[in-house]
Formats: sequence, structure tokens, C-alpha cells
Amino acid sequence: MAAHAFNTTQPPPRGRRGVWSLNTPTITILFLWSLVPLLMTLWFSFRRYNLMAPDRIGFDGLGNYRYLLTDPGLALAIWNTILLLGAVLAITIGLGTVLAVLFDQEFFGRGIARVLVLAPFFIMPTVSSLLWKNMMMHPDNGFIAFLMRSVGLKPIDWFAVVPLTSIIIIVSWQWLPFALLTLLTAVQSLDAERKEAARMDGAGPIAMFRYIILPHLGRAIAATTMIETIFLLGIFAEIYVTTSGGPGFASTNLSFLIYRYVLQEYDIGGAAVAALLAIVLANILAFFLMRSFARNLET
Amino acid sequence: MTLSYSKLQRKMLMTVLAWIVAFLIFFPVFWMILTSFKSETEAISRVPHLFFSATLDGYRAVQEQANYLHFAWNSLVVSLGSTVLALVFAIPSAYSMAFSPTRRTRGTLLWMLSTKMMPPVGALVSVYLIFRDAGLLDTKTGLLIVDALANLPIIVWMLYTYFKEVPREVLEAARMDGAGPLREIYNLLLPLSMPGIVSTSLLAVILAWNEAFWSLTLTTSKAAPLAAFIASFSSPEGLFYAKLSAASTMAIAPILLLGWASQKQLVRGLTFGAVK
Amino acid sequence: MSAVLCGALCHAQTTLTIATVNNGDMIVMQRLSKQFEQQHPDIHLDWVVLEENILRQKTTTDAATHGGQYDVVTIGPLEAPIWGRRGWLLPLQTRLSQSYDLNDVLKPIRDGASDSGNLYAVPFYAESSLTYYRKDLFAAAGLTMPAQPTYDDIARFAKALNNPAKDIYGVCLRGKPGWGENMAFITTMANTFGGRWFDAAWKPQFNSPQWRHAVQFYVDLLHKYGPPGSSSSGFNENLTLFENGRCGMWIDATVAASALSNANQSKVANTVGFAPAPVAVTPHGAQWLWFWALAVPASSKHADAAVKFVEWATSKQYIQLVAQADGWASVPPGTRHSTYEQPLYLASASFATLTYQSIMAADPLHPTREPVPYTGVQLVVIPAFPTIGNQVGQLLAAALVGNITVDQALEQAQYATERVEKRMEVGH
Repeated sequence: MAAHAFNTTQPPPRGRRGVWSLNTPTITILFLWSLVPLLMTLWFSFRRYNLMAPDRIGFDGLGNYRYLLTDPGLALAIWNTILLLGAVLAITIGLGTVLAVLFDQEFFGRGIARVLVLAPFFIMPTVSSLLWKNMMMHPDNGFIAFLMRSVGLKPIDWFAVVPLTSIIIIVSWQWLPFALLTLLTAVQSLDAERKEAARMDGAGPIAMFRYIILPHLGRAIAATTMIETIFLLGIFAEIYVTTSGGPGFASTNLSFLIYRYVLQEYDIGGAAVAALLAIVLANILAFFLMRSFARNLET
Repeated sequence: MTLSYSKLQRKMLMTVLAWIVAFLIFFPVFWMILTSFKSETEAISRVPHLFFSATLDGYRAVQEQANYLHFAWNSLVVSLGSTVLALVFAIPSAYSMAFSPTRRTRGTLLWMLSTKMMPPVGALVSVYLIFRDAGLLDTKTGLLIVDALANLPIIVWMLYTYFKEVPREVLEAARMDGAGPLREIYNLLLPLSMPGIVSTSLLAVILAWNEAFWSLTLTTSKAAPLAAFIASFSSPEGLFYAKLSAASTMAIAPILLLGWASQKQLVRGLTFGAVK
Repeated sequence: MSAVLCGALCHAQTTLTIATVNNGDMIVMQRLSKQFEQQHPDIHLDWVVLEENILRQKTTTDAATHGGQYDVVTIGPLEAPIWGRRGWLLPLQTRLSQSYDLNDVLKPIRDGASDSGNLYAVPFYAESSLTYYRKDLFAAAGLTMPAQPTYDDIARFAKALNNPAKDIYGVCLRGKPGWGENMAFITTMANTFGGRWFDAAWKPQFNSPQWRHAVQFYVDLLHKYGPPGSSSSGFNENLTLFENGRCGMWIDATVAASALSNANQSKVANTVGFAPAPVAVTPHGAQWLWFWALAVPASSKHADAAVKFVEWATSKQYIQLVAQADGWASVPPGTRHSTYEQPLYLASASFATLTYQSIMAADPLHPTREPVPYTGVQLVVIPAFPTIGNQVGQLLAAALVGNITVDQALEQAQYATERVEKRMEVGH
């Protein structure tokens, strides 16, 4: 197996006509799926277009751009987008790595424990947000408030005092199992002989983690980062359910800002500009991510 | 003797540690399931009781108000259908990139992933208008297509990493025998990479099942999946924790069971080509 | 004979898609609608029951893009006149049958659901606001609730009742941001403090002393005597708090009265007292007016059947039907004079008269002490209102949390409102 896999790094054979064309249907539909809405968004971005004011639809030049760029919540929304992404990635991958090593160990009831840990990943984002908001973090009848009261502490009013942190906690909880899963797969693929050999050489658990396990995880971390980034940039259900982006704009990210424009204010023109901005931001982030992970993601 | 004793000690320590972690992570879900069997007044009690007289009132109220099976069926059709549809496109595509790579392959892959970078809500009005004109609003077909398109990039990418691990010689041998690309895929590639395809499909089903945005905006009643079912129990006037918990438990149960039953397969495929 | 055959064979019957809110009264309507289907075998009902905000998003998108997904929609005082004016809804006054008795529907609600003499929606239930208080706590503290409390009374009582050590808070109020949440309450406060949203020239009034006074009063009240988590408490959260005996007083929707008096879910059912919403310097706009009403989108392909359903669900007979099925205390309140002439209803609902008086006292056409160019008591019936109301609501929530001061919040509210007004050309 290892020898075969090695071959894949050799230059590909040429001259197989017809094979590349198998990719055409996918490329075509994805092209249409991304291009048509993009072009329509671009068109809307120059139009005065509010669903509630159909009598005022028309060309608006750069009006939407001017309006969005002077939105008092915009800068914070961009910053929150990055913060949310960075924090959740750090938590899920950091904690996920440690837990992957833990769940790779032999222990009693390993199968069941693993199953329990995976649960949050199978739960719809709206359900988990409602669950955390009403039953965990509620400052009065939430479970955390109960715990804090029983040890004599004053319960935290999570969504008022630390709104973005609360959302980071919820989202991290949702994505930790996924990170754990991919990282665990990677840890397990590290063959026992190599670990045993290192242990024979007198490597302690920390040295083992640092020099044997961690380097092996590069590709899994890259893949997890990539997939999580794609989903985390689009997060808004969790925000909608818990804080509605507030207090003020404290927990509004770019995706929620667009949501607010579209579905609370029905301002399609303004939303179009925000969506374009989100695409630009996503591509900048993607560019940096891809660059830093290019080696790991390479064929 | 001492060695095995310390080994056992280590195992005990790991057991305790791992179970604490597992319990902490699972606790919110456990709590929700527990709440679904409480009465509404018990559910909002400030001092929660682990032991209480269990009731099915929450479930009864939910079923009385909404036909769970209708929503669950829609979710099932849409998540399975979208996965199959996406696979039909993704398998040839990943095959061609894995076995006939060009200088543009990497760029193409990254471009595919980048199509998922636009926040869905940003495309809502465009997609809504297209759907309205195409008569796709509130149809399972429409939702299925959107979910397939939304998951397609990830599916292609995962399959690609998996196909890369298939030994090229095997396929080349088949080629000598004069098999065309489609036969090659069907007869050799699919059986060889079945674990990867299975786990990719599982992931796609989970993602489609849990997709809420398009599900809520593009359907009304006939095609409404479980995400809409949940939305009819969140935040009404009055007490709702028990009913919401019951509805949520019902909505996540199928996918939770599927996920648990298939976790081995799921894990095996999430290698992203890391297995060497 | 042919009808029997058809019942078995014809699937050509009309299917109505009805969009409604997941509140208790609507759930009852959904349950009882089986009777409607029995009376009209050719009509089948398809229900879309959703949380209020998601429902509003979906029905608005559908109406504005003429999606034609719904035959009956549940809307409020903001949508009815605006959508009607746009031609998105069918005018109903000529389509309703004689026996419907439109004059029996309370006038403030008919006014709120009309535009230029056309009625675009008929109310399913309606509400105003009341002051709820705990008679036992009042008695223990030696206080009496006056027939018409003032906000100074409320502050005084809240101070006397507040006892965080025993988990009792002086007063619970809405703080959750949103035009239909904290802004509904705060607007009634600003109204009675003599303020208004806009002057006759559509200039926002947040920098007026009335608004500053009202908002400062509100923030102080909750800071000193409010429960934790006020900034994310809406109607529901406060209802839960009050039912569990955690609030000395609560000022909110009249519909809470029946829940609070229901001993099955409320621990304070026997000790809850009712008073009108408090006033400050003027009674104008001190209590709000809200309704959920049924309307038929112009894009409906089954308008006649839809009107039949709308008429059925808002009729006197429907109210009778609920009374028979679930008891008089459960009938949808606030819509018809005849409901308040039922001795059985008045006997079973001690809050009925007060609810009726509060609704009748609300005047959406002249909501404030000083003249305004808009209608609506706790809302401004213009298309830009959700945008403005949500932004101002967020700013005031930030002031409540203490992230910014009241003055800063109002200054930013003034700026944000002017900005949106300019964009949406409010007043032109």
C-alpha cells in the first residue's frame, strides 16, 4: 500500500483524452451556481431595491456602497467575523488535538465514550443554539446559572455581558467533534510500531506528542481548518437565535449583518454590497489559509 | 507484575479523564432529552431535578400540532437525494482530477471550495427569484438541488483525497484490458474506495439534514423538512422548553442514530489522504 | 350522491396554505379547523406554523416577490396597511358576508388594519398592555396599587418590593432588542412621558428631553430593581419569571393575563393583580395596541375559499366554538364587542374588562400628545420602521447593559434614524 501511494507523486501520464472532460459537468454547474447569484448580486448592488418599497426601485449608482461603508456596525462586524473564526478554529483544533490523543488511548468503554463525544456534530445549529440559550446559559433558569448559584457565585448574564464569547462557546461545542474526529483518524493512522519505537528510545509522553504525533497531524489540521472556515464564515443562525447580533453590534458578524439587511430590513441593494464584501473577505482569508496550508493540501 | 499494574493504573486514569470529557461534551444533549420528558413547569425550574415524574406531554403536544413524519420524510428524501445527486457529479469529477491531474487541478479544487465562501443569505434573493420563476419553491426537488450544490465542493474534495490513495497500477491494468473511464470507475474505483465514498456520503447526509437556511427560506409546507418543524416550536408565547426539547429530540434522533451507528465508517473516511 | 362520489374520488379540491404564528391561540385554531374542513369538504387546509420572526420574513418575502405561496397570512398592524396600500392584500370589507358583523370588531383595530378606507385584515386576537403586580407582596409591604398607577408609583413600589436575596425583583420589563420587543414597551413609555418618534416634519425626536427622561427612567428602573438578564428578556422570559414569583410587577401585553391566572402553569395565579399600564405626564399612548390578524394575499389563487376561512376563524361563531371546546377563559381576546358582553366570559376572566378598556383607550390614529405624521401607538406604520426600530432597539439594549450611556445611545439612535430616513426617503 505504502509503495503504491508513493507512486502518486510521480508525474501523471499524459494523453488520456476524455478523462478531463469528466470534470466538466461539475465545473459547469458549480460555475452557474456561483456565477448567476454573483452577477445578480452585482446588479442589485447598483440598484435602489427594498422589498418593502417596490415603488422606489431604480438605478442608484454608488448609493448602496456609500450606505454600507458608513454603516456604524460594519467595522465591528468584520472584526467579529475574524475573531469568531480565529477563536473557534483555535479552540476546536487545539482542544481537538489533545482530546484526539486522549481518545486514542486504551480505556474502559471507549466505544461509548467516543459516541457521546460525537453527538454535538449531528445536531442542527438552530437546535443547539436554542438549547444553549434556554437551558444552559440562561441567567436565571439555565443549568450553568444553577451551578454557579449552588457554589455561591452570581450567575453570569452570558449574552449581555460576553455575547461574542458565548457564541464562540456554542459554535466551538458544535465543531469540536468534527475536529476531534478528523484528528483522531489521523492519530490512529500513526502506526503502533513508530510509537512503540519512539517509546523504546525513551521518549516521554510530551516529547512523543511534540515530535511524533503533532508533525503527523499537519494534513488533518489543514483539512479541518479548511472545512471549518467554509462553514464558520457563514454563521448566523447561532447569532440570530441567541443575541440578534447585540447588544448594540457586539456580536454581529458579516454574515449576520447581511442577514439583517436582507430579512429584517429587506434592503436588497445594501445587502448585495455587504455580500460582495463578504466574498472579498472570504477570498482574502482563503488566500492566506491556502498559502499556509498549501503544502499540506497538495496532491 | 509492576508493569501491568502501572498499565492498569494508567488505563484507569485515562478512563476517568476520557469519561469526564465525554460527559461534559454530551451533557447539553442529555439535558435536552431529559427536559423533553418534563412538564413545562418542571422544565423551567431554577433548581433542576434529576429525578422527576416523567411525562410524554411534550411529545404529545408536538405530535398534535405538527405531523412529524411528514417533515421527517421530507428531510430524508432531501438529504439522501441531494447526496446521491452530488455523488453522480462528484465521482467522475474527482476521478478525473485524481487520475488525470493537470497544472490547473489544484486551482480548480480550490476554486470549487471557494464557491462555498459566499454567505448563503447573500444569495437569497437571487435564488428565491430564480426558484419562483422555475416553479421550484416549496418542492423537494428544488431543495435537493440546492443542498447538492452546496455540498458538492466538499464531496468532490473528499473523494479526490480518497481516490488519490487508490494504487494507480490497478487502474492501469484495467486500462490495458481496454476498459473505458466509466467502466474503470464502476468496476474498480468504486469497490476499491468504498469506505471513502461511504464516509463522504455520511458527512453529506449529515450536512444536508442539518441545513437550516435554505430549508426554511425555500419551502413552505409540502416540502418543509425538520428545520421548519423546529421553527414551529421555538419561542411561542408562553412556556415552551419541554415542547421544544421534545421536538428537537425528535428532529435530531434519526441523524444521531445514523451517526452513531456509522461512526466507524465515518471516521475511516475522514483521512483527507493522510493514511500512508 | 355526486358529492359523496366526489369526496372519495376528486382530488380537485381546493388546498389553502395558511401561514400563522406558533402562539397558543393559533394552535387552538389549527386544532379546531377540522370543523371548518368538515363544513367545507371541498377545502383542505395546509398549515405553516412558525415562530413569529421567521414567519414574518417568509410572508414578507413572499408578498413582496408575489411568490404566491400562501392563501392566508397572519400579520400585524405594521404589515396590514402597508401591504394593503401596495396592493399585496385583498380588500376585505366587500367580501365579508353580512352575518360577519364588522361593526362588532373594535374600532381601534379596524383602524389599525385599514388604509384609505379599505380593510385589509381581520383580527384574530388583539392586545393592549397592563401592569401586573403581586397582591400578596403589596399587602406585605403595606402598599396599594392605585386605579391608575404612574411611573413614579412604579419606581416607588419597585424599590419597596425589590429583594434580590429572596430572588424577588421589583419590576420586570422587556429588554430584548427588536422593534416588537423592547421598543414596543419603551415607545409607550416615551409616549406617556410626552415624547414621540417623529415631529410633523419627520424629524426624529430621540434628542428630546422627553425621550431622554423616559429612557433614563427605564434603564434606572431595571438597573436598580430588575432581574438579571433583562437585556435578553422579551415577553416570554418575563412571563416565565412572573409566573414563578420572581417579579413584584411587570408591564406587558394583556394576553399574559390569562396565562398568569392559570393555576396549571402559574405559581402566582391567586395573587396576581391587574392595573392599567402606568402613565407619566400624559395618558396618550401609554398603552399599546397590537393584533394578529388574518389577511388574503392578492397572489392567492383561491381567494374565495381563503376569505371563507378568514371569516370563519375571526367570527363570533368561532369564539363560541373555542368557548365550548376549551372554556371561555381560552377564547381569543380583544377583537369583538360581543365577546365582552358574554357574562360567562366576564365571570371567568377577571382581567377582561380592563383588557377591553385598554384596547378601546388606544388610538393608533392619534397616538401621542403632540401631533405626529404617522399612525401606530408603539410602532410607526412606515416601511422603514423595522429597520429603524431594530437599530434603535439594539442601541437601547446596549445602554441597558451599560456598554454605552443613555445619552450616547439616544445620540446614536438619532443619527441611525436620520440615516435610514434619508435612504428610504421617509416623509416624501
